[in-house]
Amino acid sequence: MEIAVFLFLSGIAIVAAANILVQRHPIYSALSLIVTFVALAGIYIQMHAEFIAVMQIVVYTGAIMVLFIFVIMLLNAGAEQKVPDKVHVVKYFGLPLASLLIFEAGLTASRTFDGEGIPVESASINLSGNTEMIGRALYTQYALPFEVTSVLLLVAIVGAIVMAKKEL
Amino acid sequence: MIVNIGIELAKVLAVLIGVLNLAAILTWMERKQSAVMQDRIGANRASIFGFRMFGLFQVLADGLKMFVKEDFIPAQGHRFLHGLAPFVAAFFALIGFAAIPFGDTIHLFGREIPLQIIDLNVGILYIFAAMSLGIYGVVLAGWASNNNYAFLGGMRGSSQMFSYEVTIGATILGVLMIFESMSLQQIVRAQGQLLWGIVPKWGVIVQPLGCILFLVAGIAETKRVPFDLPEGESEIIGFFVEYSSMKFGLFMLTDFVETVLIAALVTTLFFGGWQVPYLMADGWHLPGGTLLAWPQWLVAITQVIAYAIKVFFFCWFMLLVRWTLPRFRYDQLMRLGWQMIFPLSILNLLATAVVILLLN
Repeated sequence: MEIAVFLFLSGIAIVAAANILVQRHPIYSALSLIVTFVALAGIYIQMHAEFIAVMQIVVYTGAIMVLFIFVIMLLNAGAEQKVPDKVHVVKYFGLPLASLLIFEAGLTASRTFDGEGIPVESASINLSGNTEMIGRALYTQYALPFEVTSVLLLVAIVGAIVMAKKEL
Repeated sequence: MIVNIGIELAKVLAVLIGVLNLAAILTWMERKQSAVMQDRIGANRASIFGFRMFGLFQVLADGLKMFVKEDFIPAQGHRFLHGLAPFVAAFFALIGFAAIPFGDTIHLFGREIPLQIIDLNVGILYIFAAMSLGIYGVVLAGWASNNNYAFLGGMRGSSQMFSYEVTIGATILGVLMIFESMSLQQIVRAQGQLLWGIVPKWGVIVQPLGCILFLVAGIAETKRVPFDLPEGESEIIGFFVEYSSMKFGLFMLTDFVETVLIAALVTTLFFGGWQVPYLMADGWHLPGGTLLAWPQWLVAITQVIAYAIKVFFFCWFMLLVRWTLPRFRYDQLMRLGWQMIFPLSILNLLATAVVILLLN
C-alpha cells in the first residue's frame, strides 16, 4: 500500500517535472511545477513530515509560485517559438551528462536501500507532528543561523523597497 | 475493516453534503435577507406543485437553469485552463473541511468514532494551505478568459487574497500560542476549560482582537462585499465575466463554500467549536458544583448541533455584514490590509507572547 502510494506520487512528480520542459507556454510550465510541488508534499506526508509538507505548499505553491505566475501574466509572455539549436555543445554534452546524473542518482538510491539510512525514532516523530521539535531546534540549537537568515531576508526586503521606490 | 471504511465514507459524505447544501441554501438566504433589509419581498415564486416553501425551491430552479445554459468558452481563451479554473477554486475551498472537527468522539455500539474526517496534527496549517491554493482558481480564470476585465479581476483577487492571508496567518499564531496545538480538535478541547471556574476559555475571550481581525480578514478572503473588488459587479464584473452555465455556478458556489469555511474556522478557533459551556463528556457541570448526568451519545449529538448552530450564526452574520457596509475602493482595501489590520495583528501577537511569558 505504502509503496503503491509512493509510486503514484513520485510518478506524478516526475511526469509533471518533465512536462515543465516539454510545455511551450510558460504558464503551463509554471502550473506543472506546482503539480510537482504538491506531489512532493504528498511524499513528505508519507514520511511523517507533515509540517514540512504543509510548509512546502504554503510557501512554495501558495506564495512563490503565485508570484511567478503573476510575473508571467503581467509580462504577457506567449508561447515560445521553437528555435533551431545554434549551440552544438549542448547537443553533444547533454546526453552523456544526463546519463551520468541518472547513474549517480541510481547509485545513491541503491545504497540507501541497503539499510544504511539513518534510523528514525518513530515515537518522537508521531508525538506532535514534529512541529514542536522543529521549533525547539530552530530557537535553541540553531538560533544564530536562524537570526542571520532573518536579517538576510530583511536586507532583501529593504533592498527591494529601495529599488522599487526611486525616492523615499 | 469494511465497517471502518463505511464509517469514514459516511463522515466524508455527511460533511460534503452538509457543506454543499448549506452553501446552496445560503444563496437563497442571501437574496431573502437582502430583500428584508431593503424592504423588498425577495425570491418567492419558484414552486413545486404550488408549494412555495418561502421560495426555497429557488435554489433548485437556479441549479437547473445553470445546468441547461450554454457553456461558452471565449475563442481566443485557453480552453483547458478556462475549464480547469472553476474546479480548482471549488476543490480547494472544499478540501479544507476535512480537518475541521464537528464534534467530540462519540461512543456508539462499542466503537469510538471521532466526529472529524481526519485529525491532522498540522490541521490549521493544512486549511491555511488549502486556502492559499484557492488563489489559483481566481488567477487562472482571469487569465484564461483572454479578457482585460477578467484579467484585472483575477489580479485584484489574487493580490487581495494574498494580502489578507498574511493577517489570517498572524492571528492564527496567537491562537496557537495560547492553546499550544495545531490540531483543530486539540484547540477545541482546550477551549472546554473554564477561566476562574465560570467563564469558558473560548478563543474570543482570550484573543478578542485576534477574533475581530480574523473575521475581517476572513470576509476579505471570501471576496464578498465590502471586499468584492475582484468581482466588482458595477465596474468590471470580475474574473468570471467570461463564464456561463455551471462553471459560473461553481464560482458562485465557491464564494458561499468559502463563507461556510470561514464561519466554521471562526467557530472552531474563537467560539469553542463544538463546545457547549459547562457541558462535559458526562453531563452538565453547572458553576454551583451540581452535576446533571447525561448519556455520552446525547452529549455528543448536542455538541454537533451546537456546532451547526454556531456555524450557521456566523454565515448569517457575514451576510448581514455584506448588506450593511458599503464597498471599499481598491487602494482603501490595500491600505486597510497592510497598514491597519496587519500591524494590529502583529501587535496582538507580541502582546499575547508577552502575557504568556509573564503568566508562566
